[in-house]
Amino acid sequence: MAIITSKVNSRDETFLANKESMQAVMADLQEKAAQIKQGGGKSYQERHESRGKLLARDRIQRLLDAGSPFLELGQFAAWDVYDDYVPAAGVVAGIGRVEGVECMIVANDATVKGGTYYPLTVKKHLRAQEIAERCHLPCIYLVDSGGANLPRQDEVFPDRDHFGRIFFNQANMSAKGIPQIAVVMGLCTAGGAYVPAMADESIIVKEQGTIFLAGPPLVKAATGEEVSAEELGGADVHTRVSGVADHFAVNDEHALDIARRSVSRLNRPAKAQLDVEPVKPPRYPQEEIYGIVGTDLRKPYDVREVIARIVDDSDFDEFKQNYGNTLVTGFARIHGFLVGIVANNGILFSESAQKGAHFIELCAQRKIPLVFLQNITGFMVGKKYEAEGIAKHGAKMVTAVSCAKVPKFTVLIGGSYGAGNYGMCGRAYDPTLMFMWPNARISVMGGEQAAGVMAQVTRDGKERKGESWSAEDEAKFKQPIIDTYEHQGHPYYASARLWDDGIIDPAQTRTVLGLSISAALNAPIEDTRFGVFRM
Amino acid sequence: MAQQLSKILIANRGEIACRVIRTAREMGIKTVAVYSDADTNAQHVLLADEAVHIGGSQSSESYLCADKVIAAAKRTGAQAIHPGYGFLSENESFAEALQDAGLIFIGPPVKAIAAMGSKSAAKNIMAEAGVPLVPGYHGDDQSDDLLAAEAEKIGYPVLLKAAYGGGGKGMRIVEKASEFAEALASARREAKAGFSNDKMLVEKFITRPRHVEIQVFCDQHGNAVYLAERDCSVQRRHQKVVEEAPAPGLSEETRKAMGDAAVRAAQAIDYVGAGTVEFLFDEDESFYFMEMNTRLQVEHPVTEMITGVDLVEWQLRVAAGEELPMQQDEIVLDGHAFEARIYAENADDNFMPSTGTLAYLRHPEVSPYVRWDSGIVEGDEVTTFYDPMIAKLIVWDIDRESALRRLTNALRETRIAGVTTNTDYLHRIVSHEAFQKAELTTRFIEQYGEALHQREKGLPEAINLLTIAASIIRNRQQAANQDPWSRANGWRVNAAAKHRLCLKTAGSESETVLNLEETEAGIYWPEHELSMNFANDGAVLVDGLRFHCEIAEDNGRFTLFSHYGRFDASVYDAVSELIHEEEAGTLTAPMNGTIVAVNVAAGDTVSEGQALVVMEAMKMEYTIRAPFDATVEQVFFNAGELVSDGAELISLATD
Repeated sequence: MAIITSKVNSRDETFLANKESMQAVMADLQEKAAQIKQGGGKSYQERHESRGKLLARDRIQRLLDAGSPFLELGQFAAWDVYDDYVPAAGVVAGIGRVEGVECMIVANDATVKGGTYYPLTVKKHLRAQEIAERCHLPCIYLVDSGGANLPRQDEVFPDRDHFGRIFFNQANMSAKGIPQIAVVMGLCTAGGAYVPAMADESIIVKEQGTIFLAGPPLVKAATGEEVSAEELGGADVHTRVSGVADHFAVNDEHALDIARRSVSRLNRPAKAQLDVEPVKPPRYPQEEIYGIVGTDLRKPYDVREVIARIVDDSDFDEFKQNYGNTLVTGFARIHGFLVGIVANNGILFSESAQKGAHFIELCAQRKIPLVFLQNITGFMVGKKYEAEGIAKHGAKMVTAVSCAKVPKFTVLIGGSYGAGNYGMCGRAYDPTLMFMWPNARISVMGGEQAAGVMAQVTRDGKERKGESWSAEDEAKFKQPIIDTYEHQGHPYYASARLWDDGIIDPAQTRTVLGLSISAALNAPIEDTRFGVFRM
Repeated sequence: MAQQLSKILIANRGEIACRVIRTAREMGIKTVAVYSDADTNAQHVLLADEAVHIGGSQSSESYLCADKVIAAAKRTGAQAIHPGYGFLSENESFAEALQDAGLIFIGPPVKAIAAMGSKSAAKNIMAEAGVPLVPGYHGDDQSDDLLAAEAEKIGYPVLLKAAYGGGGKGMRIVEKASEFAEALASARREAKAGFSNDKMLVEKFITRPRHVEIQVFCDQHGNAVYLAERDCSVQRRHQKVVEEAPAPGLSEETRKAMGDAAVRAAQAIDYVGAGTVEFLFDEDESFYFMEMNTRLQVEHPVTEMITGVDLVEWQLRVAAGEELPMQQDEIVLDGHAFEARIYAENADDNFMPSTGTLAYLRHPEVSPYVRWDSGIVEGDEVTTFYDPMIAKLIVWDIDRESALRRLTNALRETRIAGVTTNTDYLHRIVSHEAFQKAELTTRFIEQYGEALHQREKGLPEAINLLTIAASIIRNRQQAANQDPWSRANGWRVNAAAKHRLCLKTAGSESETVLNLEETEAGIYWPEHELSMNFANDGAVLVDGLRFHCEIAEDNGRFTLFSHYGRFDASVYDAVSELIHEEEAGTLTAPMNGTIVAVNVAAGDTVSEGQALVVMEAMKMEYTIRAPFDATVEQVFFNAGELVSDGAELISLATD
């Protein structure tokens, strides 16, 4: 037992100020999330429902087991990216339980631009498939989409990670025994027709679902044949004649019911076994994270206070506690699952990097999932540190993170800058799932530092030419850089581009991690083989 | 002559068999039960020292088979047979067969049964014994004209009654002469069909009658006493619903007059054992002999409650040849007792019997004030084979008012799910102002019928639905295991936890979708701005109200019991409803029963509303009609076959 004793005073002024600032960003987050959940808006939703169709999120709700949690991924995808309003990139994706099996659900939202695929829609769909493939989650596609967004065909069609990759993934997941189920609840045209056609099992809703390579207008243009959508590719044709779909459903609810039955006979293997203990809640309220962390990234705090509010019983068994103490490593349980936690508690030094590499190696060896709590401005700089080889020590940690084959979960709880992002399992290091707190920021370096570097370079240039540069001018020069960094480093900007899998409430981190770990355990934990560590 | 009984057989089932076994056991007498296939695990079988299987589930293959019962007694060495009520209890040939087999019939002599078996013969005997009779014609001349003339002589309204009938069959009230011929014809038809004898009696019809009956007891030594009366006026289709003792407002003189008349009646036929003389009781306290039941009555416990006498004990003692334990002047009445018969039936749907498994059964705590006579426990099944009575709830207190209060509460504490019961209906009867004021007549239910079907104003429907929904959610969450995905908390990213339930209130046309949120304060229903939670002791906290309730679940059907009454709702599955509608071309049996008639054959064209199949269940007939114009594709059963609830009877096709 190594219970963390919290030193937080919840009546302290700083605490209260932090709490207030965090509540404000949370309120903004929830307001935007609520708006995103309205899809294409009231009028489109009403029109959709008037056709006897359920809304994408309602479809998911009916598909899931009663009361199942739904770990929505990429909720902010495409937020404020395009001139068009494309909430959630027009596709709702996430993990939920169906017939006791965790499944990846990808549901087109036809109220958002007819469910057409924008570049980020494709990216989100592929990311959902990537997670499913990684975690061996059966995929259920609730199809209701007009297909590729034609004006943006150059960004959605030709490249490797474009539209075609969806079907490539379907085929390869199916090959790996990861079930692929498609429910056709609306349009499923052209390339989209391959979603049900490539599925292991497909369901189609009468008078709603249509599957065809070319719709009636194109057919008429091409051959002069006049045919209705239902005759061309409706439920009756495909379940009786063509065999493109397997099950005929009379409406959305019926279709979802059939999908549930399909899942019930998937014969999924048992989850990977991990050392588990009965679940104990943390000893301290999770909401206190607001008051501990706040929104000012420059204010330091002890990350153990955060850990104490995430792990079971606030019990955290530290590894190398007295060594390289700007990185905190140790074992704990989240929802009973044994995990290794790697958390920043200041800038990375050589010792902390070596400690991190050691601990990651340990967890990979023991097949213990890793949780990274990332709040890092970077590695220490300066002559002394370069000389002691901080680069190679940092490289060790990056090697360890890159190669570790255990499930990895990264939460950006503060700053994510520079090589610190790499060592702490940033997006490029393939975390199984990655989330961001609304107070966090991500960029190659902090805005101030970037502006400072660029100002320094400019000043040097000017000085070489013998020009002078007033402090005022310099400040004017720096401000737009700082603003750009702040804008581009913001969670909304980051999550909109799917640099992570979602922005989450700090107070819900424990729940999110618990669900994530459990979902990841659907895949067996592989053996790790590390690359060469530079010694 | 006295022969100590050491082992008896009970030729019955259900609550009465259990009740007899209980007394026998207290007296140190061993008991033998008999049972049919359906009753293999019934309470009476489990309670008895021994049990003998006597055949199939149909009564005609088991409980009505005198020879099998006698063989069972022989096999187990029982000396006497207690027939209970119903089945063989008033069957003179059975009593005779026992005599021949050297077994004791715990009941009256064969002659006495025979004498009372024919209602008209019984009345002649009673008239001779000076027992008052309802003015009427009981003669053998059954010509239509004569009967009509007699009716005229008695004065309308008159009552036409099958001489060998019972249970309301073959009985008609005729208001005026012009209706007589038709009523006579139909009563005869029914009597002929029911009892193979269409002899009719004509009697004066008393407009505000009460049913007051006297419990008599005679031994083999010529002693006879009466144990006061029971008022059984509250009846439905001549079936007693609520009984009480003593009869409210009955003077001591009338009690004695009726008692003496009843004893005279018993002695006139050399009666032995427990018997009941039923009287029609008029407003002016005049009374007329109706019939004598030569057995222990269903409602005997109310007499036991006010006299302190165990009537079954007396039956066993008398059968053993002992003298009556008490003289008339030793029988003292104390307090007031009620009996309510809890039935598996739907009072709101024409009292349609309800079958099924008693998924949930809680009864009021048994005490000197409350008695629960039942042969059924939770998990048992109510079948179509036997009477759907679940239990008799009997209460006692020092006076009618107190006893009635107890009855009202006890009915609320009677909580049964899995089958529909009449407990709320009984509650409405006994809460009715007229009942409270003891304004009783045999037409009570007819008179207040409308009011008795009106649900009491309980909790608002939204609170009931939310309580059930919250309990469903709680149950799911309690079933969760270690895995966070199993917690059924409806968790969502950046939003309140969501739950969606679809419930349908019993008897309601449409379903209710509950879009709920899970908050720290409990389950919140935004649409109604209602929050609800369960307290640690299980009490419900909703909208500032705290109350105790029990929620029974049976296969997606939920019943909420509280002191507000019961509330039924079921989880509505839109998909299966839809599929059901799609498959409306098939017609299924509404309940377990027997096919009486099949009116159509494959290939017939039928029109909407046309009767296709008639089935009988629990003594009632149901007609299955065509839901639309169609052609009969297939008929799956023939007349006489048994079908179970939900079985497809017939399939139709439309063009």
